[in-house]
Amino acid sequence: MTPTLQIFLIVSTALFSVGLLAVLSRRHAIFILIGIEIMLAAANLNFIAFWRFSPPSQPPTGVMIAIFSIAIAAAEAAVGLALVITVYRHYRTTNVDHLDQLKG
Amino acid sequence: MSSAAFILIAILTLAAALAAATLQNLMHATLSFAAAIVGVAALFFLLGAEFVGLVLIFVYIGAVAVLIVFTILLTRRDVGKDRGVNWGGAVLAVAVFGGLSWAVLKTQSVAIIGPHIRALTVKRIGELLMTSYVWPLQCVGLLLTAALIGALVLVMEEKR
Repeated sequence: MTPTLQIFLIVSTALFSVGLLAVLSRRHAIFILIGIEIMLAAANLNFIAFWRFSPPSQPPTGVMIAIFSIAIAAAEAAVGLALVITVYRHYRTTNVDHLDQLKG
Repeated sequence: MSSAAFILIAILTLAAALAAATLQNLMHATLSFAAAIVGVAALFFLLGAEFVGLVLIFVYIGAVAVLIVFTILLTRRDVGKDRGVNWGGAVLAVAVFGGLSWAVLKTQSVAIIGPHIRALTVKRIGELLMTSYVWPLQCVGLLLTAALIGALVLVMEEKR
């Protein structure tokens, strides 16, 4: 039995949920970013799986979107980590629970 | 697409991602994140998208993981133990997984077996990038330039 599209979607859903778990339960800013990267990888897996299971005559749009998505994820990681370093310089912490200066 | 390889890779990927989401030691969690990305790249290889798998490994292992390790080292004073799992977040993540997989399993049109493996050569991807996708490519180049300059400006020392 070869894997169906359904199995790939389930794996991608599980990966997305693990990323969501990391975003919601971590308190360290860098690891919230890692959770976002895991969720983006799960979305890319969906794009590639849908491309693979589409009729062969279609142009490879899924692959193209995955390539652009990886480039955008890299830009997002660079800016996010720069923000983490800047926040650390100002507050001497990267724990998001302690960044509550704007709290009313 | 062999079934055994798929099951093995999927289990390894999910285990590594779960370790990255829950491990208390931050360096170990980063290494698990790198392992999870290798697993996703292996799934891409299995699906016949070799080029995207290689790009994923180059970008994530070569750039993003190294950048994360450097950021951990630069914010070293704060790097201790992370607090344990937040149970509200865990419940929400499980609920999202349950809802989405219920929707996937209910949809009959995705229970299909793929057509025969097709060759997507790098030549074809390059041709598409230079013809149909040339404007998106330029926009991504501009975005990357702007993001990297912005990151540099953010971390530059302030002059006092």
